[in-house]
Amino acid sequence: MSQTRKFMYINRHAPYGTVYALEGLEVVLIGAAFEQDVCMAFIGDGVFQLKQGQDTTDSGMKNFSPAYRALGDYEVNRLYVERESLEERGLTEADLMPLTWEDEEDDWAEKPSIQLVSRAQLSGLLEEQDVIFNF
Amino acid sequence: MLHTVNKSPFDSQSLKTCLGLARSGSDILLIEDGVYGALVGTAHAAMLDQALKEVSIYALGPDLKARGLPEDRLIRGIKVVGFDGFVELASANDKVQSWL
Amino acid sequence: MAFELNGKTYETDEEGYLADLSDWNNDVAGYMAKEDDCDLSEYHWEVINFLREYYDEYQIAPAVRVLTKAIGKKLGKDKGNSKYLYELFPYGPAKQACKYAGLPKPTGCV
Repeated sequence: MSQTRKFMYINRHAPYGTVYALEGLEVVLIGAAFEQDVCMAFIGDGVFQLKQGQDTTDSGMKNFSPAYRALGDYEVNRLYVERESLEERGLTEADLMPLTWEDEEDDWAEKPSIQLVSRAQLSGLLEEQDVIFNF
Repeated sequence: MLHTVNKSPFDSQSLKTCLGLARSGSDILLIEDGVYGALVGTAHAAMLDQALKEVSIYALGPDLKARGLPEDRLIRGIKVVGFDGFVELASANDKVQSWL
Repeated sequence: MAFELNGKTYETDEEGYLADLSDWNNDVAGYMAKEDDCDLSEYHWEVINFLREYYDEYQIAPAVRVLTKAIGKKLGKDKGNSKYLYELFPYGPAKQACKYAGLPKPTGCV
């Protein structure tokens, strides 16, 4: 196996209105099998993917928001959310689903997966990646 | 006339174009990702506040619910309607303009 | 594709996964297993029930690596390894057990 590379999945679309969010999530879950160093970034309308309280019972679509809670099991532990994008949309971190992962090295302690980052920080993170996927 | 907008205002100019062209007294219905335009405290909220003085704005309830947007987070003056309300708006207006 | 059981028709995809999750019941699992010459023991059921709970909570069928780890945590280390799970489900624990559990083919199954 070649050395681990840094993968970032950028999510810029709201869920449901288009298929980008669901497709992106599926690629992340499938890609996790390759055991690379994976993170996700939520920018622009992509932050809406993590909105709490999604309920599709009246609209006949599949609610795939619970699957984000499984990302920790797939060792996708870093979800960067751009702070400016949240603010432009009148949202705060409290509007997002509380997502966690369990640290095996630390007696399975539950740790938060979502990290709010500024646009400037995110810009730096982009530079660090070996591979970037866009959805 | 009934105008429908199905794109997020953060991702598309549809809502801005619609609000710019809708005559006073028009009905505007936000559907699908268009319902994000109904959120309070956003970068576009002032544009909607202004528009509400001239037009009626509605948001489709099932699309709000799917996206986790409760009614208490919507701009004051925007009315939530169900699919039946959508039908009523469409039949009460002589024309429907869909801003895709 | 489809099969009939106790007078009811069950739609499946071309690989035999149930088309409608809500059609599932214990007899369906038993029937699918029998077709594969597999008799379901309580140990099979542990995994099948675990998968149904996992799907209920996360709306996805877990990849085999994720399943193995989660089973280990829930049912003990002696069961959370691929040797144990492959003995129960020789066609691939995630794929075969998901089928009996009425779930879609696992996400992340490459």
